[in-house]
Amino acid sequence: MSDSLEKLSKLVVSGKLDRRTFMKRAVAMGASVAFSNTLLTQSAMAAEPVKGGLLKLGSSGGESTNSLDPATAASAVPLFNGHQWGDLLVDIADDGSLENRLAEEFGSSADAKTWTFKIRQGVEFHNGKTLTPADVVATLERHSGEDTKSGALGVMRNIDTMKVDGDTVVVGLKDANADLPFLMSDYHLVIQPNGGKDDPAAGIGTGPYKMMVNEPGIRHGYEKNANDWHGNRGHADQVEILVINDDTARVAALQSGQVHMIERVPPKIVELVKRIPNVEVKSTPGRGHYVFIMHTNTAPFDNNDLRLALKYAIDRQEMVDKILFGYGSLGNDMPINSAYPYFSDDFEQRSYDPDKAAFHFKKSGHSGPIVLRTAEGSFPGAVDASQLFQQSCSKAGIQVEVKREPDDGYWSEVWNKQPFCTSFWGGRPTQDQMYSTAYLSSADWNDTRFNNADFDKMLLAARAELDDVKRKQIYADMGTIVHNDGGLICPMFNDWVEGVSNDVGGWTANPNQTMMNGQALSRCWLKA
Amino acid sequence: MSYILTLLAKRLAISALLLLAVSALIFAGTEILPGDVAQSVLGQSATPEALANLRRDMGLDEPALSRYFGWLGGIVQGDLGTALTNGTDIADAIGKRLYNTVFLASTAAVVAVPLAISLGLLAVLYKNRWPDKLISGTTLAFISLPEFFIGYLLIYFVAVQLGWFPSVATVYDSMTFAERLNAVALPAATLTLVVLAHMMRMTRAAILNVMQSAYIETAELKGLSAFRIVAKHALPNAIAPIVNVVMLNLAYLVVGVVVVEVIFVYPGMGQYLVDHVSKRDVPVVQACGLIFATFYIGLNMIADIISIVANPRIRHPR
Repeated sequence: MSDSLEKLSKLVVSGKLDRRTFMKRAVAMGASVAFSNTLLTQSAMAAEPVKGGLLKLGSSGGESTNSLDPATAASAVPLFNGHQWGDLLVDIADDGSLENRLAEEFGSSADAKTWTFKIRQGVEFHNGKTLTPADVVATLERHSGEDTKSGALGVMRNIDTMKVDGDTVVVGLKDANADLPFLMSDYHLVIQPNGGKDDPAAGIGTGPYKMMVNEPGIRHGYEKNANDWHGNRGHADQVEILVINDDTARVAALQSGQVHMIERVPPKIVELVKRIPNVEVKSTPGRGHYVFIMHTNTAPFDNNDLRLALKYAIDRQEMVDKILFGYGSLGNDMPINSAYPYFSDDFEQRSYDPDKAAFHFKKSGHSGPIVLRTAEGSFPGAVDASQLFQQSCSKAGIQVEVKREPDDGYWSEVWNKQPFCTSFWGGRPTQDQMYSTAYLSSADWNDTRFNNADFDKMLLAARAELDDVKRKQIYADMGTIVHNDGGLICPMFNDWVEGVSNDVGGWTANPNQTMMNGQALSRCWLKA
Repeated sequence: MSYILTLLAKRLAISALLLLAVSALIFAGTEILPGDVAQSVLGQSATPEALANLRRDMGLDEPALSRYFGWLGGIVQGDLGTALTNGTDIADAIGKRLYNTVFLASTAAVVAVPLAISLGLLAVLYKNRWPDKLISGTTLAFISLPEFFIGYLLIYFVAVQLGWFPSVATVYDSMTFAERLNAVALPAATLTLVVLAHMMRMTRAAILNVMQSAYIETAELKGLSAFRIVAKHALPNAIAPIVNVVMLNLAYLVVGVVVVEVIFVYPGMGQYLVDHVSKRDVPVVQACGLIFATFYIGLNMIADIISIVANPRIRHPR
């Protein structure tokens, strides 16, 4: 009911419904007159950003080793930083579509091999220089050159040529890719003056806020960019990102009003946080997922029956209930969910079936324990999840030995090295990007050692396919292959769960990244 | 006096050697840890090319020994170098952090040391009566609780419920001294509660030990007041063990407070060190290690000197 009431009140605010009709309808829906009135004021306030003030965000995922160089960004705080002082060419809108940023428009040749981005005119960097297409090319070069250390290298590898043509940037690809603009929304690709080649960690860009204080691992302070090209963002005069890695300290900071919003509320304590007055818990379904990954080329996981046995032996619902406390959705042994464009929802959901698991396990001919490596840092609750998995396996007669590894060094020594371990993926804006990052046989991060020639061909075909219906079908077929043959056991997709004070206006959900795709500070405001 | 000077010179020379050994140990330790700085910086998103490029940028392709001696050469000239991970100047970054750490430690010490010693004296005066039991009971209760738990208790009651002090102890350059004190109130209180019991119990035990001497009995027979006996006759003779414990606790306040820093989001050295260890940023770890070792060695040296000065029998050896 309250959903439709909210819709109604928004209609009034936008002038599509008069106040009297709203009241009548709302009361008819069972709301009291006073309540309807409050709703109306709330919506009216939501429509009008309030300017000024100091908006503060408490975040985990910040270290004193962080650099402002967007190329090396790998955790939440550097991601947020990039979105304060900088802009991408295009970004992901709240509905998952593309939104123009420093590119005013973009288009491609019919074969999706040549792409043009028209660069916005009259945009100034914080250092007073005017943005030119040459800056954009330089940025792309820095992230794709031979000697780059950029985390975006993987998505840039397909680019063959880049050049400036008047006020546009022309990008030529080695292989056709209908998703190239989505690749440009990678959060590493912040446009910098001369591409950041002179001083990559200067923190100078075209963003809504100018960097004032940079104390890595402590705080990052910003002041409004009075000269911002974007008309409707940067409402607060100042914003600040406080690094608060300790969960309890972060929640306490929100509770005592020292910050207005916090990134990542641990699912375990969501129910407690909900009881705090003046604080709301926001959860946003995203593309991030927690996984158990098997190397399909290493015994015993090179046997598909064994893989199927393990896939049937995991209780996905139990994981969502006990690990995510309901703040997530069921996984289906592929890295794709309904948050992706071109997702087909006619897959059959695989569920816990000890009999089938036992059947496939017997057929695989394997005997003895299977070693599963895990660490709490591989995803929150990974050790508990591994133990749940161990128990559900034992009911199917499969013996799993859980080996706990230290958090420290997990990504260098265990993940992508050991044949069976826990891990997580943050998801990507498109299916193509997700599959090319981790399931293409030649991908650097092919962490399941998945090698399927048909799958690789289909991936390339889908990339060049501009017909939406055909494309959707190809992706559905690829999903089926991974679902049945892959080394991925995906029990759950996790929601972003964040805590926001009621003093904050303008909050919306964005599926791409946490905290409104990293832009909560510039898109929200402090209510007067 | 010359005896003390020679002692001091000897101690300083040994300290320098110790520091050298410490730096070699830290370097070896960080080399043994799995993964290197390039791998840790790029994390899950490391591609072989990006790794190789980053390693070359950071100079990790040089052999370990030449990196160590290169670093040592810098240190001797007073150059701590730059952090591998984000290229900031280490001396700069450490300077601020060290100031914060020392500020928090001194605040806690200024409260804790006099408080512990006076509580110890009180406990002696009322030995085995209720004030003694109350003091011992409470301080022992606080030392038995893990420090993070004390921190959370203070956050919950003092910061969230009462709203007296902030739960986030971030300090800014622009803060006045009073504002800084306000910001560090809760972490300083936590640390005080953690170190109180150790110093208090040692004071009590040391003085009680002295109280059994014959000259105390004489003082009692002379008719001196109990307080005068404890403060004037017993305390000076019990100073050596007390000073030792106080210095140990002061060293702890500087080098061992990373948990408290994390809970209160205090930008001190501990968190800085831990972040860089997990990223294998050797130059920073080395610099932090050296500073911590210097504090430890220095404070212990001061403790020794004070106990020598306080004890005429050691001051004038036969």
